[in-house]
Amino acid sequence: MGFVENLTLFVLAAFVGYEVITKIPATLHTPLIAGTNAISGITLIGSVVVAGAGQSTLATVLGFLAVVMATTNVVGGYLVSHRMLRRFRGREG
Amino acid sequence: MLGIAAGLPPAALSLAYLAAAVLFIHGLRQLTHPRTARRGNIFSAAGMVVAVSATVLWFEILSPVVLFAGLLVGAAIGSWLAATVDTTDMPQLVGLFNGFGGGASALVAGAELVDLFGPSGATVAPVETTTAAAATGLIGGVTFWGSLVAAGKLQGFVEDPVHYPGENTLKTAFFGLAVLAGVALVTQIEISVLSAATWVPAYWMLVAAASILGILLVVPIGGADMPVVIALLNACSGLAAAATGFALDNSVLIVAGTLVGASGLILTFIMCESMNRTLTNVLFGGYSAGGPSGDVADIYTGNVMSTSPEEVAMLLDVARRVVIVPGYGMAVGQAQHAVAELAALLEANGVEVVFGIHPVAGRMPGHMNVLLAEANVPYEQMAELEAVNPTFSQTDVVIVTGANDVVNPSALSGESSPIAGMPVLHVWDAQTVIVNKRSLSPGYAGIPNPLFTYDNTYMLFGDAREEMQALVTEYKDTHR
Repeated sequence: MGFVENLTLFVLAAFVGYEVITKIPATLHTPLIAGTNAISGITLIGSVVVAGAGQSTLATVLGFLAVVMATTNVVGGYLVSHRMLRRFRGREG
Repeated sequence: MLGIAAGLPPAALSLAYLAAAVLFIHGLRQLTHPRTARRGNIFSAAGMVVAVSATVLWFEILSPVVLFAGLLVGAAIGSWLAATVDTTDMPQLVGLFNGFGGGASALVAGAELVDLFGPSGATVAPVETTTAAAATGLIGGVTFWGSLVAAGKLQGFVEDPVHYPGENTLKTAFFGLAVLAGVALVTQIEISVLSAATWVPAYWMLVAAASILGILLVVPIGGADMPVVIALLNACSGLAAAATGFALDNSVLIVAGTLVGASGLILTFIMCESMNRTLTNVLFGGYSAGGPSGDVADIYTGNVMSTSPEEVAMLLDVARRVVIVPGYGMAVGQAQHAVAELAALLEANGVEVVFGIHPVAGRMPGHMNVLLAEANVPYEQMAELEAVNPTFSQTDVVIVTGANDVVNPSALSGESSPIAGMPVLHVWDAQTVIVNKRSLSPGYAGIPNPLFTYDNTYMLFGDAREEMQALVTEYKDTHR
Protein backbone atom coordinates (compact mmCIF):
# COMPACT_ATOMS: atom_id res chain seq x y z
CA MET A 1 0.00 0.00 0.00
CA GLY A 2 1.12 3.50 -0.71
CA PHE A 3 1.20 6.55 1.51
CA VAL A 4 -2.03 7.95 0.06
CA GLU A 5 -3.95 4.72 0.78
CA ASN A 6 -2.61 4.77 4.35
CA LEU A 7 -3.64 8.39 4.72
CA THR A 8 -7.12 7.48 3.44
CA LEU A 9 -7.43 4.80 6.12
CA PHE A 10 -6.22 7.26 8.76
CA VAL A 11 -8.74 9.96 7.86
CA LEU A 12 -11.68 7.55 7.55
CA ALA A 13 -10.80 5.82 10.83
CA ALA A 14 -10.67 9.22 12.53
CA PHE A 15 -14.25 9.96 11.41
CA VAL A 16 -15.49 6.52 12.46
CA GLY A 17 -13.76 6.99 15.83
CA TYR A 18 -15.39 10.38 16.32
CA GLU A 19 -18.87 9.08 15.50
CA VAL A 20 -18.59 6.02 17.74
CA ILE A 21 -16.81 7.55 20.73
CA THR A 22 -19.07 10.61 21.07
CA LYS A 23 -22.00 8.23 21.68
CA ILE A 24 -20.35 6.57 24.69
CA PRO A 25 -21.82 7.83 28.00
CA ALA A 26 -19.56 9.44 30.63
CA THR A 27 -20.34 6.54 32.98
CA LEU A 28 -18.24 4.25 30.80
CA HIS A 29 -15.33 6.58 30.12
CA THR A 30 -12.87 4.78 32.40
CA PRO A 31 -13.54 1.34 30.87
CA LEU A 32 -13.37 3.09 27.48
CA ILE A 33 -9.88 4.41 28.23
CA ALA A 34 -8.75 1.01 29.51
CA GLY A 35 -10.23 -0.71 26.46
CA THR A 36 -8.85 1.70 23.88
CA ASN A 37 -5.59 1.50 25.76
CA ALA A 38 -5.57 -2.21 25.04
CA ILE A 39 -6.38 -1.50 21.39
CA SER A 40 -3.38 0.82 21.16
CA GLY A 41 -1.35 -2.27 22.08
CA ILE A 42 -2.01 -3.26 18.46
CA THR A 43 1.55 -2.03 18.02
CA LEU A 44 2.22 -5.57 19.32
CA ILE A 45 1.90 -6.90 15.79
CA GLY A 46 4.66 -4.54 14.73
CA SER A 47 6.74 -5.84 17.64
CA VAL A 48 5.99 -9.44 16.64
CA VAL A 49 7.32 -8.81 13.15
CA VAL A 50 10.55 -7.13 14.30
CA ALA A 51 11.15 -9.53 17.21
CA GLY A 52 10.49 -12.56 15.05
CA ALA A 53 12.32 -11.42 11.94
CA GLY A 54 15.50 -10.90 13.95
CA GLN A 55 17.70 -9.60 11.15
CA SER A 56 20.15 -8.20 13.68
CA THR A 57 20.68 -8.80 17.40
CA LEU A 58 19.85 -5.19 18.23
CA ALA A 59 16.56 -5.35 16.34
CA THR A 60 15.72 -8.63 18.10
CA VAL A 61 16.42 -7.16 21.56
CA LEU A 62 14.38 -4.06 20.78
CA GLY A 63 11.65 -6.28 19.39
CA PHE A 64 11.64 -8.44 22.53
CA LEU A 65 11.26 -5.38 24.80
CA ALA A 66 8.54 -4.04 22.52
CA VAL A 67 6.68 -7.37 22.65
CA VAL A 68 6.80 -7.39 26.46
CA MET A 69 5.54 -3.81 26.76
CA ALA A 70 2.84 -4.16 24.12
CA THR A 71 1.59 -7.49 25.51
CA THR A 72 1.42 -6.00 29.02
CA ASN A 73 -0.60 -3.16 27.52
CA VAL A 74 -2.97 -5.45 25.60
CA VAL A 75 -3.57 -8.13 28.25
CA GLY A 76 -3.65 -5.70 31.17
CA GLY A 77 -5.90 -3.23 29.35
CA TYR A 78 -8.55 -5.77 28.39
CA LEU A 79 -8.53 -7.49 31.79
CA VAL A 80 -8.80 -4.26 33.74
CA SER A 81 -11.61 -3.08 31.47
CA HIS A 82 -13.39 -6.40 31.90
CA ARG A 83 -12.98 -6.22 35.66
CA MET A 84 -14.56 -2.78 35.80
CA LEU A 85 -17.39 -3.57 33.39
CA ARG A 86 -18.32 -6.64 35.44
CA ARG A 87 -19.19 -4.27 38.29
CA PHE A 88 -21.59 -2.15 36.24
CA ARG A 89 -25.00 -3.52 37.16
CA GLY A 90 -28.47 -2.26 36.63
CA ARG A 91 -31.16 -2.32 39.32
CA GLU A 92 -32.30 -5.73 38.12
CA GLY A 93 -28.81 -7.27 37.89
CA MET B 1 8.60 -13.79 4.26
CA LEU B 2 5.85 -16.41 4.37
CA GLY B 3 5.53 -18.56 7.49
CA ILE B 4 3.12 -21.32 8.41
CA ALA B 5 0.40 -19.73 6.33
CA ALA B 6 2.43 -20.20 3.09
CA GLY B 7 0.18 -21.17 0.22
CA LEU B 8 -2.58 -18.79 1.22
CA PRO B 9 -3.16 -15.87 -1.15
CA PRO B 10 -1.35 -12.67 -0.14
CA ALA B 11 -4.69 -11.00 0.57
CA ALA B 12 -5.35 -13.40 3.48
CA LEU B 13 -3.33 -11.33 5.96
CA SER B 14 -5.03 -8.11 4.89
CA LEU B 15 -8.42 -9.78 5.27
CA ALA B 16 -7.53 -10.91 8.79
CA TYR B 17 -6.55 -7.32 9.57
CA LEU B 18 -9.86 -6.11 8.15
CA ALA B 19 -11.71 -8.57 10.40
CA ALA B 20 -9.73 -7.28 13.39
CA ALA B 21 -10.55 -3.65 12.56
CA VAL B 22 -14.26 -4.51 12.25
CA LEU B 23 -14.16 -6.26 15.65
CA PHE B 24 -12.49 -3.21 17.25
CA ILE B 25 -15.12 -0.82 15.86
CA HIS B 26 -17.99 -3.12 16.74
CA GLY B 27 -16.59 -3.56 20.24
CA LEU B 28 -16.45 0.22 20.73
CA ARG B 29 -20.04 0.56 19.47
CA GLN B 30 -21.17 -1.88 22.16
CA LEU B 31 -19.59 0.40 24.79
CA THR B 32 -22.43 2.88 24.27
CA HIS B 33 -24.51 1.11 26.95
CA PRO B 34 -23.46 -0.54 30.23
CA ARG B 35 -25.64 -3.53 29.33
CA THR B 36 -23.65 -4.42 26.22
CA ALA B 37 -20.28 -2.98 27.23
CA ARG B 38 -18.79 -6.22 28.53
CA ARG B 39 -19.60 -7.99 25.29
CA GLY B 40 -18.03 -5.09 23.42
CA ASN B 41 -14.80 -5.48 25.35
CA ILE B 42 -14.71 -9.16 24.45
CA PHE B 43 -15.29 -8.38 20.75
CA SER B 44 -12.41 -5.95 20.87
CA ALA B 45 -10.15 -8.51 22.56
CA ALA B 46 -11.13 -11.06 19.91
CA GLY B 47 -10.05 -8.57 17.25
CA MET B 48 -6.66 -8.35 18.94
CA VAL B 49 -6.33 -12.16 19.01
CA VAL B 50 -7.17 -12.33 15.28
CA ALA B 51 -4.65 -9.62 14.36
CA VAL B 52 -1.82 -11.03 16.48
CA SER B 53 -2.32 -14.70 15.52
CA ALA B 54 -2.56 -13.85 11.84
CA THR B 55 0.71 -11.93 12.11
CA VAL B 56 2.48 -14.72 14.00
CA LEU B 57 1.31 -17.32 11.46
CA TRP B 58 2.05 -15.20 8.42
CA PHE B 59 5.55 -13.98 8.96
CA GLU B 60 8.53 -16.24 9.11
CA ILE B 61 9.56 -16.27 12.75
CA LEU B 62 13.33 -16.74 12.94
CA SER B 63 13.47 -16.61 16.70
CA PRO B 64 10.20 -18.07 18.04
CA VAL B 65 11.70 -18.44 21.53
CA VAL B 66 12.32 -14.71 21.79
CA LEU B 67 8.84 -13.95 20.54
CA PHE B 68 6.96 -16.34 22.79
CA ALA B 69 9.08 -15.44 25.81
CA GLY B 70 8.14 -11.82 25.22
CA LEU B 71 4.44 -12.66 24.86
CA LEU B 72 4.47 -14.77 28.04
CA VAL B 73 6.33 -12.21 30.14
CA GLY B 74 4.04 -9.40 28.96
CA ALA B 75 0.87 -11.42 29.52
CA ALA B 76 2.03 -12.37 33.02
CA ILE B 77 2.85 -8.76 33.99
CA GLY B 78 -0.39 -7.46 32.45
CA SER B 79 -2.67 -9.97 34.15
CA TRP B 80 -0.92 -9.62 37.49
CA LEU B 81 -1.28 -5.82 37.44
CA ALA B 82 -4.90 -5.98 36.27
CA ALA B 83 -5.85 -8.54 38.92
CA THR B 84 -4.23 -6.82 41.88
CA VAL B 85 -5.01 -3.14 41.27
CA ASP B 86 -7.38 -1.29 43.56
CA THR B 87 -10.13 0.71 41.78
CA THR B 88 -8.92 3.89 43.44
CA ASP B 89 -5.54 3.26 41.80
CA MET B 90 -7.02 2.59 38.36
CA PRO B 91 -5.84 5.92 36.86
CA GLN B 92 -2.17 5.23 37.52
CA LEU B 93 -2.40 1.68 36.14
CA VAL B 94 -4.15 2.85 32.99
CA GLY B 95 -1.53 5.60 32.75
CA LEU B 96 1.22 3.02 33.01
CA PHE B 97 -0.37 0.86 30.30
CA ASN B 98 -0.64 3.94 28.04
CA GLY B 99 3.06 4.46 28.54
CA PHE B 100 3.87 0.87 27.63
CA GLY B 101 1.88 1.18 24.41
CA GLY B 102 3.69 4.35 23.44
CA GLY B 103 7.08 2.94 24.44
CA ALA B 104 6.51 -0.23 22.42
CA SER B 105 5.65 1.84 19.36
CA ALA B 106 8.84 3.87 19.72
CA LEU B 107 10.92 0.68 20.02
CA VAL B 108 9.25 -0.93 16.99
CA ALA B 109 9.95 2.10 14.80
CA GLY B 110 13.56 2.07 16.06
CA ALA B 111 13.96 -1.63 15.32
CA GLU B 112 12.47 -1.09 11.87
CA LEU B 113 15.10 1.58 11.17
CA VAL B 114 17.87 -0.66 12.54
CA ASP B 115 16.81 -3.38 10.12
CA LEU B 116 16.35 -0.95 7.26
CA PHE B 117 19.79 0.56 7.65
CA GLY B 118 21.24 -2.82 8.66
CA PRO B 119 24.63 -4.18 7.53
CA SER B 120 23.31 -5.20 4.13
CA GLY B 121 20.62 -2.57 4.11
CA ALA B 122 20.03 0.71 2.41
CA THR B 123 21.78 3.98 3.08
CA VAL B 124 18.75 5.97 2.07
CA ALA B 125 15.27 5.15 3.32
CA PRO B 126 11.95 6.24 1.82
CA VAL B 127 10.91 9.60 3.20
CA GLU B 128 7.45 8.26 4.20
CA THR B 129 9.08 5.66 6.43
CA THR B 130 11.49 8.05 8.12
CA THR B 131 8.77 10.67 8.64
CA ALA B 132 6.48 8.09 10.20
CA ALA B 133 9.35 6.79 12.34
CA ALA B 134 10.17 10.33 13.48
CA ALA B 135 6.53 10.91 14.45
CA THR B 136 6.45 7.59 16.30
CA GLY B 137 9.66 8.37 18.17
CA LEU B 138 8.41 11.80 19.23
CA ILE B 139 4.93 10.71 20.33
CA GLY B 140 6.11 7.38 21.76
CA GLY B 141 8.92 8.93 23.81
CA VAL B 142 6.66 11.65 25.23
CA THR B 143 3.94 9.10 25.97
CA PHE B 144 6.21 6.59 27.72
CA TRP B 145 7.96 9.00 30.05
CA GLY B 146 5.00 11.33 30.46
CA SER B 147 2.89 8.35 31.52
CA LEU B 148 5.50 7.14 34.00
CA VAL B 149 5.58 10.57 35.65
CA ALA B 150 1.76 10.81 35.64
CA ALA B 151 1.45 7.34 37.17
CA GLY B 152 4.12 8.24 39.74
CA LYS B 153 2.22 11.38 40.68
CA LEU B 154 -1.09 9.54 41.04
CA GLN B 155 0.63 6.91 43.15
CA GLY B 156 2.20 9.64 45.28
CA PHE B 157 5.82 8.86 44.33
CA VAL B 158 6.37 12.20 42.64
CA GLU B 159 5.67 15.51 44.36
CA ASP B 160 3.01 17.53 42.61
CA PRO B 161 2.98 20.04 41.06
CA VAL B 162 6.60 21.08 40.59
CA HIS B 163 7.19 24.55 39.20
CA TYR B 164 10.50 26.21 38.44
CA PRO B 165 11.54 29.37 36.59
CA GLY B 166 11.90 29.06 32.83
CA GLU B 167 10.11 25.71 32.61
CA ASN B 168 8.35 26.56 29.36
CA THR B 169 11.64 27.68 27.78
CA LEU B 170 13.20 24.35 28.74
CA LYS B 171 10.26 22.44 27.25
CA THR B 172 10.56 24.43 24.04
CA ALA B 173 14.29 23.73 23.91
CA PHE B 174 13.81 19.96 24.12
CA PHE B 175 10.95 20.07 21.66
CA GLY B 176 13.24 21.98 19.28
CA LEU B 177 15.97 19.39 19.77
CA ALA B 178 13.54 16.58 19.00
CA VAL B 179 12.32 18.37 15.87
CA LEU B 180 15.91 18.98 14.77
CA ALA B 181 16.75 15.28 15.11
CA GLY B 182 13.50 14.43 13.34
CA VAL B 183 14.28 16.75 10.45
CA ALA B 184 17.76 15.23 10.16
CA LEU B 185 16.20 11.75 10.05
CA VAL B 186 13.54 12.69 7.52
CA THR B 187 15.64 14.73 5.12
CA GLN B 188 18.79 12.67 5.71
CA ILE B 189 20.82 15.79 5.10
CA GLU B 190 24.02 15.73 7.10
CA ILE B 191 24.07 18.26 9.94
CA SER B 192 27.58 18.54 11.46
CA VAL B 193 27.04 16.49 14.65
CA LEU B 194 24.61 14.11 12.98
CA SER B 195 26.76 12.99 10.07
CA ALA B 196 26.46 9.29 10.75
CA ALA B 197 26.64 6.64 8.10
CA THR B 198 23.16 5.51 9.10
CA TRP B 199 20.36 7.59 10.49
CA VAL B 200 19.63 5.34 13.43
CA PRO B 201 21.51 7.54 15.97
CA ALA B 202 19.40 10.51 14.90
CA TYR B 203 16.32 8.46 15.74
CA TRP B 204 17.57 7.62 19.23
CA MET B 205 18.50 11.23 19.80
CA LEU B 206 14.95 12.14 18.84
CA VAL B 207 13.56 9.55 21.28
CA ALA B 208 15.86 10.82 24.06
CA ALA B 209 14.78 14.44 23.53
CA ALA B 210 11.12 13.35 23.39
CA SER B 211 11.57 11.36 26.61
CA ILE B 212 12.93 14.37 28.50
CA LEU B 213 10.16 16.49 26.99
CA GLY B 214 7.59 13.99 28.25
CA ILE B 215 8.93 14.27 31.79
CA LEU B 216 9.13 18.07 31.65
CA LEU B 217 5.56 18.31 30.34
CA VAL B 218 3.91 16.28 33.10
CA VAL B 219 6.02 17.29 36.13
CA PRO B 220 4.36 20.74 36.57
CA ILE B 221 0.79 19.42 36.24
CA GLY B 222 -1.27 19.02 39.42
CA GLY B 223 -3.23 15.98 40.56
CA ALA B 224 -6.69 17.35 39.82
CA ASP B 225 -5.66 17.97 36.20
CA MET B 226 -4.74 14.32 35.76
CA PRO B 227 -8.03 13.45 33.98
CA VAL B 228 -6.84 15.64 31.12
CA VAL B 229 -3.33 14.19 31.16
CA ILE B 230 -4.49 10.57 31.24
CA ALA B 231 -6.91 11.17 28.36
CA LEU B 232 -4.25 12.98 26.34
CA LEU B 233 -1.65 10.26 26.90
CA ASN B 234 -4.30 7.73 25.87
CA ALA B 235 -4.67 9.64 22.59
CA CYS B 236 -0.88 9.76 22.19
CA SER B 237 -0.45 6.01 22.65
CA GLY B 238 -2.99 5.52 19.86
CA LEU B 239 -1.39 8.08 17.57
CA ALA B 240 2.02 6.49 18.18
CA ALA B 241 0.57 3.15 17.04
CA ALA B 242 -0.97 4.80 13.98
CA ALA B 243 2.37 6.43 13.12
CA THR B 244 4.06 3.02 13.48
CA GLY B 245 1.44 1.74 11.03
CA PHE B 246 2.61 4.33 8.51
CA ALA B 247 6.24 3.31 9.09
CA LEU B 248 5.51 -0.41 8.68
CA ASP B 249 2.84 0.12 5.98
CA ASN B 250 0.35 -1.82 8.11
CA SER B 251 -3.40 -1.16 7.75
CA VAL B 252 -4.71 -2.47 11.08
CA LEU B 253 -2.13 -0.47 13.05
CA ILE B 254 -3.33 2.69 11.33
CA VAL B 255 -7.04 1.98 11.84
CA ALA B 256 -6.77 0.81 15.47
CA GLY B 257 -4.27 3.51 16.43
CA THR B 258 -6.44 6.23 14.91
CA LEU B 259 -9.55 4.99 16.74
CA VAL B 260 -7.67 5.25 20.02
CA GLY B 261 -6.28 8.65 19.07
CA ALA B 262 -9.80 9.92 18.31
CA SER B 263 -11.14 8.51 21.56
CA GLY B 264 -8.39 10.02 23.68
CA LEU B 265 -8.67 13.43 22.02
CA ILE B 266 -12.46 13.55 22.46
CA LEU B 267 -12.07 12.70 26.16
CA THR B 268 -9.31 15.29 26.50
CA PHE B 269 -11.59 18.01 25.19
CA ILE B 270 -14.54 16.85 27.31
CA MET B 271 -12.29 17.09 30.38
CA CYS B 272 -11.00 20.54 29.42
CA GLU B 273 -14.54 21.80 28.82
CA SER B 274 -15.59 20.44 32.21
CA MET B 275 -13.01 22.71 33.82
CA ASN B 276 -13.56 25.56 31.34
CA ARG B 277 -9.85 25.55 30.59
CA THR B 278 -7.95 25.23 27.37
CA LEU B 279 -5.56 22.36 26.82
CA THR B 280 -2.71 24.88 26.62
CA ASN B 281 -3.70 26.28 29.99
CA VAL B 282 -3.71 22.81 31.59
CA LEU B 283 -0.37 21.84 30.05
CA PHE B 284 1.52 25.11 30.38
CA GLY B 285 -0.44 27.26 32.82
CA GLY B 286 -2.00 25.87 35.94
CA TYR B 287 -3.99 27.92 38.41
CA SER B 288 -2.05 30.97 39.42
CA ALA B 289 -0.74 30.52 42.92
CA GLY B 290 -1.66 32.97 45.65
CA GLY B 291 -4.98 34.56 44.82
CA PRO B 292 -7.29 36.07 47.39
CA SER B 293 -6.10 33.73 50.13
CA GLY B 294 -6.10 36.58 52.65
CA ASP B 295 -9.87 36.87 52.87
CA VAL B 296 -10.53 33.12 52.82
CA ALA B 297 -11.38 33.04 56.50
CA ASP B 298 -13.29 36.31 56.35
CA ILE B 299 -16.15 35.07 54.22
CA TYR B 300 -16.66 32.10 56.53
CA THR B 301 -16.50 33.76 59.95
CA GLY B 302 -19.89 33.59 61.61
CA ASN B 303 -21.60 32.48 58.41
CA VAL B 304 -21.10 28.73 58.51
CA MET B 305 -23.60 26.38 60.15
CA SER B 306 -22.54 22.90 61.09
CA THR B 307 -24.66 19.85 61.66
CA SER B 308 -24.45 16.28 62.96
CA PRO B 309 -25.29 12.85 61.52
CA GLU B 310 -28.39 12.71 63.80
CA GLU B 311 -29.79 15.93 62.32
CA VAL B 312 -29.02 14.83 58.76
CA ALA B 313 -30.76 11.50 59.40
CA MET B 314 -33.86 13.43 60.50
CA LEU B 315 -33.75 15.52 57.32
CA LEU B 316 -33.43 12.36 55.23
CA ASP B 317 -36.36 10.88 57.09
CA VAL B 318 -38.76 13.36 55.51
CA ALA B 319 -36.95 13.70 52.16
CA ARG B 320 -38.47 12.37 48.95
CA ARG B 321 -35.60 13.11 46.61
CA VAL B 322 -31.91 13.03 47.55
CA VAL B 323 -28.94 13.82 45.33
CA ILE B 324 -25.48 12.66 46.39
CA VAL B 325 -22.53 14.57 44.93
CA PRO B 326 -19.33 12.58 45.37
CA GLY B 327 -15.86 14.04 44.89
CA TYR B 328 -12.38 12.60 44.85
CA GLY B 329 -12.19 13.12 48.63
CA MET B 330 -14.79 10.36 48.98
CA ALA B 331 -12.53 7.94 47.11
CA VAL B 332 -9.47 8.98 49.10
CA GLY B 333 -11.40 8.35 52.31
CA GLN B 334 -12.71 5.00 50.95
CA ALA B 335 -16.20 6.18 51.81
CA GLN B 336 -17.92 4.91 48.65
CA HIS B 337 -19.23 1.73 50.29
CA ALA B 338 -20.84 3.65 53.15
CA VAL B 339 -22.29 6.16 50.68
CA ALA B 340 -23.64 3.34 48.50
CA GLU B 341 -25.18 1.67 51.55
CA LEU B 342 -26.90 4.92 52.50
CA ALA B 343 -28.24 5.28 48.95
CA ALA B 344 -29.57 1.71 49.00
CA LEU B 345 -31.25 2.27 52.40
CA LEU B 346 -32.89 5.48 51.20
CA GLU B 347 -34.14 3.81 48.08
CA ALA B 348 -35.50 0.87 50.05
CA ASN B 349 -37.59 3.44 51.96
CA GLY B 350 -39.05 4.89 48.80
CA VAL B 351 -36.72 7.89 48.48
CA GLU B 352 -35.53 8.76 44.98
CA VAL B 353 -31.72 8.75 45.03
CA VAL B 354 -29.46 10.10 42.29
CA PHE B 355 -25.69 10.46 42.19
CA GLY B 356 -24.75 13.75 40.52
CA ILE B 357 -21.35 13.15 38.98
CA HIS B 358 -19.15 15.96 37.70
CA PRO B 359 -16.97 14.88 34.74
CA VAL B 360 -13.76 15.72 36.62
CA ALA B 361 -14.90 14.28 39.97
CA GLY B 362 -12.24 11.54 39.85
CA ARG B 363 -8.67 11.27 38.70
CA MET B 364 -9.57 10.11 35.19
CA PRO B 365 -12.67 10.43 33.01
CA GLY B 366 -15.48 8.30 34.45
CA HIS B 367 -13.39 7.29 37.47
CA MET B 368 -16.13 8.15 39.99
CA ASN B 369 -18.65 5.97 38.14
CA VAL B 370 -16.33 2.99 38.34
CA LEU B 371 -15.75 3.53 42.06
CA LEU B 372 -19.51 3.69 42.67
CA ALA B 373 -20.23 0.70 40.42
CA GLU B 374 -17.74 -1.29 42.45
CA ALA B 375 -19.67 -0.31 45.59
CA ASN B 376 -22.81 -1.79 43.94
CA VAL B 377 -24.45 1.47 42.94
CA PRO B 378 -26.66 0.64 39.92
CA TYR B 379 -25.73 2.62 36.82
CA GLU B 380 -29.29 4.02 36.51
CA GLN B 381 -28.58 6.06 39.66
CA MET B 382 -25.55 7.80 38.15
CA ALA B 383 -26.49 11.07 36.46
CA GLU B 384 -24.30 13.41 34.43
CA LEU B 385 -24.02 17.11 35.21
CA GLU B 386 -26.37 18.30 32.43
CA ALA B 387 -29.01 15.78 33.48
CA VAL B 388 -28.92 16.47 37.21
CA ASN B 389 -28.63 20.29 37.25
CA PRO B 390 -32.25 21.06 36.26
CA THR B 391 -33.50 18.67 38.97
CA PHE B 392 -31.95 20.32 42.04
CA SER B 393 -34.93 22.63 42.53
CA GLN B 394 -37.11 19.55 43.09
CA THR B 395 -34.58 17.99 45.46
CA ASP B 396 -35.04 17.93 49.20
CA VAL B 397 -31.54 17.09 50.35
CA VAL B 398 -28.17 17.19 48.59
CA ILE B 399 -25.24 15.43 50.24
CA VAL B 400 -21.87 16.65 48.99
CA THR B 401 -19.01 14.45 50.12
CA GLY B 402 -15.35 15.01 49.29
CA ALA B 403 -16.11 17.60 46.60
CA ASN B 404 -15.48 21.33 46.65
CA ASP B 405 -14.66 23.22 43.44
CA VAL B 406 -17.33 21.37 41.43
CA VAL B 407 -20.06 22.80 43.71
CA ASN B 408 -18.66 26.34 43.93
CA PRO B 409 -21.23 28.98 42.94
CA SER B 410 -18.50 31.56 42.23
CA ALA B 411 -18.00 29.71 38.93
CA LEU B 412 -21.20 31.41 37.80
CA SER B 413 -20.50 34.88 39.13
CA GLY B 414 -17.87 37.20 37.81
CA GLU B 415 -14.77 36.80 35.70
CA SER B 416 -12.54 37.44 38.70
CA SER B 417 -12.75 33.86 39.97
CA PRO B 418 -10.17 31.40 38.65
CA ILE B 419 -12.95 28.90 38.05
CA ALA B 420 -15.28 31.42 36.34
CA GLY B 421 -17.24 29.70 33.60
CA MET B 422 -16.50 26.18 34.79
CA PRO B 423 -19.62 24.01 34.65
CA VAL B 424 -20.62 23.24 38.25
CA LEU B 425 -23.41 21.34 39.99
CA HIS B 426 -26.10 23.80 41.10
CA VAL B 427 -26.63 22.07 44.44
CA TRP B 428 -27.75 25.31 46.13
CA ASP B 429 -31.07 25.12 44.25
CA ALA B 430 -32.07 22.26 46.52
CA GLN B 431 -34.00 22.65 49.77
CA THR B 432 -31.06 21.71 51.98
CA VAL B 433 -27.40 21.09 51.18
CA ILE B 434 -25.23 18.99 53.46
CA VAL B 435 -21.50 19.35 52.79
CA ASN B 436 -19.29 16.68 54.30
CA LYS B 437 -15.70 17.91 54.49
CA ARG B 438 -12.84 17.69 56.93
CA SER B 439 -12.47 21.46 57.22
CA LEU B 440 -13.15 24.70 55.38
CA SER B 441 -9.84 24.44 53.52
CA PRO B 442 -10.00 25.38 49.83
CA GLY B 443 -10.04 22.79 47.04
CA TYR B 444 -7.65 22.40 44.13
CA ALA B 445 -8.43 25.84 42.68
CA GLY B 446 -7.31 27.36 45.99
CA ILE B 447 -10.36 29.60 46.41
CA PRO B 448 -13.04 29.86 49.10
CA ASN B 449 -16.47 28.38 48.43
CA PRO B 450 -19.39 30.74 49.21
CA LEU B 451 -21.73 27.72 49.15
CA PHE B 452 -20.60 26.92 52.71
CA THR B 453 -22.08 30.22 53.91
CA TYR B 454 -25.49 29.81 52.25
CA ASP B 455 -28.59 29.74 54.45
CA ASN B 456 -29.58 26.29 53.23
CA THR B 457 -26.11 24.77 53.61
CA TYR B 458 -25.01 22.81 56.67
CA MET B 459 -21.47 21.53 57.12
CA LEU B 460 -20.97 17.98 58.31
CA PHE B 461 -17.35 18.22 59.40
CA GLY B 462 -15.30 15.05 59.60
CA ASP B 463 -13.76 12.11 57.77
CA ALA B 464 -15.93 11.05 54.83
CA ARG B 465 -16.10 7.39 55.78
CA GLU B 466 -16.75 7.94 59.50
CA GLU B 467 -19.46 10.53 58.89
CA MET B 468 -21.18 8.47 56.19
CA GLN B 469 -21.09 5.35 58.36
CA ALA B 470 -22.52 7.36 61.28
CA LEU B 471 -25.25 8.60 58.96
CA VAL B 472 -26.05 5.03 57.88
CA THR B 473 -26.31 3.96 61.54
CA GLU B 474 -28.52 6.92 62.48
CA TYR B 475 -30.78 6.39 59.49
CA LYS B 476 -31.12 2.68 60.27
CA ASP B 477 -32.08 3.59 63.85
CA THR B 478 -34.90 5.89 62.77
CA HIS B 479 -36.24 3.16 60.44
CA ARG B 480 -36.04 0.19 62.69
